[in-house]
Amino acid sequence: MEILSLLAGGVLTALEPLNLMLIIAGVSVGLFIGAMPGLGSVNGVAILLPITFLVPPGSAIIFLAAIYYGAMYGGAISSVTLGIPGASTAVATTFDGRPLALQGRASLALVTAALASFVGGSVANILFTLFAPVLATLALSFGPPEIFALMLLAFATFVGLGGDDIPKTVFSICLGLVLASVGFDTISGEPRLVLFDIPGFLRGIGFIVLAIGVYGIGEMLWTIEQTRGEVTTTNPRMTARGMMNDTREAVQRGWKGTTIGSFLGFFVGILPAAGATPGSLMSYGVAKMVSRRPELFGRGNPDGVAAPEAANNSASTGAMLPMLTLGIPGSPTTAILLGGMVIWGLVPGPRLFVDQPDFVWGLIGSFYISNFAAVLINLAFIPLFVWMLRMPFTILAPMIFVLSIVGGYAASRSIHDLWLIVIFGISAFFLRKFDYPLAPAVLAIVLGPIAEPTLRQSLLLSSGDPSIFFTRPISAPIMVFAIVLILLPAVKLFRRRKTETAAAE
Amino acid sequence: MIITKRTFIGAAAAAMLAALPISASAQGWEPRRPIDFVIMAGPGGGADQIARFIQSVAEKNDMTSRPLVPNNKGGGSGAEALLALKDARDKDHTLLVTLNSFFTTPLRQEGLGVDVQEFTPIAMMGVDPFVLWVHADSGITTFEQFVEEAKAMDGEFVMGGTGKGQEDSIVIAYLAGAYGLTLKYIPYDGGGAVAKDLAGKQIMATVNNPAEAKGFYESGDFVPLLAFSDERMESFPDVPTLKEKGHDFSYYNQRAIVGAPGMSEEAAEYYRTLFAQVYDSPEWQGYLESESLSPMPMNAEETRAYWDTQLQNHRDLLQQVDG
Amino acid sequence: MRKGEISLAGLLTLLSLYLMWKSTELPVGYIRGEGPGGGAWPFWLSVIMLLSCIAIAVNWWRGTSPPSRSEEAMLDSYGWRTLLLVGGGVAVFVALINIVSMYGAIAIFLFYYMRLLGRHSLLLTSTIALVTPVAMFFFFEGAMQIPMPQGMAFTQPVFDVLYDILY
Repeated sequence: MEILSLLAGGVLTALEPLNLMLIIAGVSVGLFIGAMPGLGSVNGVAILLPITFLVPPGSAIIFLAAIYYGAMYGGAISSVTLGIPGASTAVATTFDGRPLALQGRASLALVTAALASFVGGSVANILFTLFAPVLATLALSFGPPEIFALMLLAFATFVGLGGDDIPKTVFSICLGLVLASVGFDTISGEPRLVLFDIPGFLRGIGFIVLAIGVYGIGEMLWTIEQTRGEVTTTNPRMTARGMMNDTREAVQRGWKGTTIGSFLGFFVGILPAAGATPGSLMSYGVAKMVSRRPELFGRGNPDGVAAPEAANNSASTGAMLPMLTLGIPGSPTTAILLGGMVIWGLVPGPRLFVDQPDFVWGLIGSFYISNFAAVLINLAFIPLFVWMLRMPFTILAPMIFVLSIVGGYAASRSIHDLWLIVIFGISAFFLRKFDYPLAPAVLAIVLGPIAEPTLRQSLLLSSGDPSIFFTRPISAPIMVFAIVLILLPAVKLFRRRKTETAAAE
Repeated sequence: MIITKRTFIGAAAAAMLAALPISASAQGWEPRRPIDFVIMAGPGGGADQIARFIQSVAEKNDMTSRPLVPNNKGGGSGAEALLALKDARDKDHTLLVTLNSFFTTPLRQEGLGVDVQEFTPIAMMGVDPFVLWVHADSGITTFEQFVEEAKAMDGEFVMGGTGKGQEDSIVIAYLAGAYGLTLKYIPYDGGGAVAKDLAGKQIMATVNNPAEAKGFYESGDFVPLLAFSDERMESFPDVPTLKEKGHDFSYYNQRAIVGAPGMSEEAAEYYRTLFAQVYDSPEWQGYLESESLSPMPMNAEETRAYWDTQLQNHRDLLQQVDG
Repeated sequence: MRKGEISLAGLLTLLSLYLMWKSTELPVGYIRGEGPGGGAWPFWLSVIMLLSCIAIAVNWWRGTSPPSRSEEAMLDSYGWRTLLLVGGGVAVFVALINIVSMYGAIAIFLFYYMRLLGRHSLLLTSTIALVTPVAMFFFFEGAMQIPMPQGMAFTQPVFDVLYDILY
């Protein structure tokens, strides 16, 4: 068992006093950075990169990996407590986490998120340890057609997510996809849809701008208007017994989503072009699909918190795999970590495992320890986050607005984006009033920038022949499966109508 | 301690640096606010890596009294970054790390109204040559074989790159023109994605900076066929240049630091001294070598003259890409 | 609500048409041997948006969607007031950033919301309105190294002092 002894060495390295201290510090910092809307692991890692010159490279990357882990746990915190997904990976967490918080069960949602994240991270670590080289080869066999097929599948798992009004749901999806195409067309190298010729649109419309607009401003306005400003979230005081009960309930009602998320998230996460966000979205969709009571999703089901949270942690660990085995970043954060490795004089690429085993296994060992530290630290902070929710709403609300605006600026550093947030927020308020579902638009703006280029790259590869999606061994089954899933609700609807008319006669 | 040898070298380098005087404030002007360090690309790419490396060298050796704050503005193929500099509110605290979209983007998007000659030259940190790569499994080992194969496949030979009008597409367009090749060009949104799809054999060849392909070269997956440098590169002594093949063409990515238009002369001098120190640091010299960058020291006037010729060259080359 | 439903659908139709028109700056057809042109993706999706708007209008006419049957007002006077005071407050907040800097705008917004809308005591309001921006300054500028926008020239001396403390 060579792997085990290498891993044991890695774990021991991570447990050295300096490294252990760095892990605890990194996880705590990451937790708070991840909990701020607009800031994510990418900010934490980028800012702390230069600081790591003070410690040896091995410890430095362990520190950065700890921040990465902490931020992944932290993403769920703003999704649950503020209702704003702090990062695109935590969008799906808001679907059930926010309702739970409004029902006064914020602590249940947070405990579920923490435990699911822990399981997701652990499963991913074990898979990583055992199968890294095999999985790396698998990741390489995913070219543009396969990634596009996967994106279609991600959409398919979400068909049921929209409201009851089909034209409004379709409108919302398409709006998200069109907004995602604003800015610049990489394929033709031309600026595209620079709305009203305002140069600010050159950078495109980021996910975070739409998400903060819709959830941070629009949803808040709607809540204030609906409740006449008398919002009462009666989140009970946290007690040790309460935490214990929440833990039991989280395990009972969230294990299924956790299992799905852990595995599905990992496999989507290792694909460099896909990453953690599609992984967490698909896990939510699948958890809902296989559930015996799908109607509970979206109304505060712990399974709906567990699935995306397990998935995004699992996928984030998975995203390290192409970085370490191939030197290819699977996400902006891993890209910066990769840059860090270059700065420290390591050569990322296929030879890293062979040339620097101490470094690689030290890092993998630190994943295990970071994950463990993250769940403990996260659980310890939950009472604090729940306490914040007990603030009077007339203090909490302006704070959420301030965090939205500050976070929106921090993400892109452009005032232009702040105006967009205000415009999206007020528009979202009206759309919401008229039953337009907005979650599909937010999902579409995340998946669109992956789906469109891969579609067009595939068609360039095949000289414009769409059969390329159905003739390649990996993309064909995914495509067929996705199309079946998309058509399923339509068939069901048709059948139901038929039986209804039959019954009427 | 994990990598003791490296730690030792690091400590030695730090000790050496401590002995050197590292204050850049000879002229008296000092930045009073964090310095906006605009990067013409998104986080993670080659340009971003270099910028963050420079930033961390300055930070590590405590060369500035206010930090350099990396600011990724990759939108519109760098148009966003150029506009950020042109309209900078605080001209003395705004710098740009360039690539060649510094030349191509204003030419391709004339509506921006950006004239790069108005920008303030600060420092030329080095130039990055381009290399043509194929996958080892293709069996191609020489440039001649590549040309033959590409001709035989008649339009079905697939190359990947970072987009029409980008640096690599210019090189590929020149190559196609010079040898009468019809190539299929698939644009990706970053050098990492291109390398991944070459490693996965989704595409057959690519042209990029050696840094981006280095890992796969060392593992034996990628084979370099041709360098687009003036002379053979030190790290690839067996790889011929296009000049040797009888075409007077070389192409480099400019890695320079540029100040906002209208930056005061005192501030520009401060930054020139600062980046000269970064340039001379053992870290940067080591980076130049390990990432196969070529040094190309220039003063402000030489830089402006260089920009003039580059703009002219790119105008011609872009016509080939579009035509 | 009924009037609102169709007006909103009308506005969204205009948006769809604008997006379609804007997409045609790049080719929207299928280029032989290459696949769809650069404008095709947004163009055809905007067409679907347009069709959805028509379907929404049809549903409105047939009265099948809840808002199209409801006769109550879209927003009562309280609703409009909330939108104006809260939504407008956020808009003014953003507008103020360029004048009194991000931190100044935060202080003013918090004071406005908590004192005028929340009716909290002057002491509590002032404390939160002052402590929050200062804490944010040290978090963003110090820890995160993300400089926030500074206002017009008169805010400069304050920042110079703060930066001297920070570095």
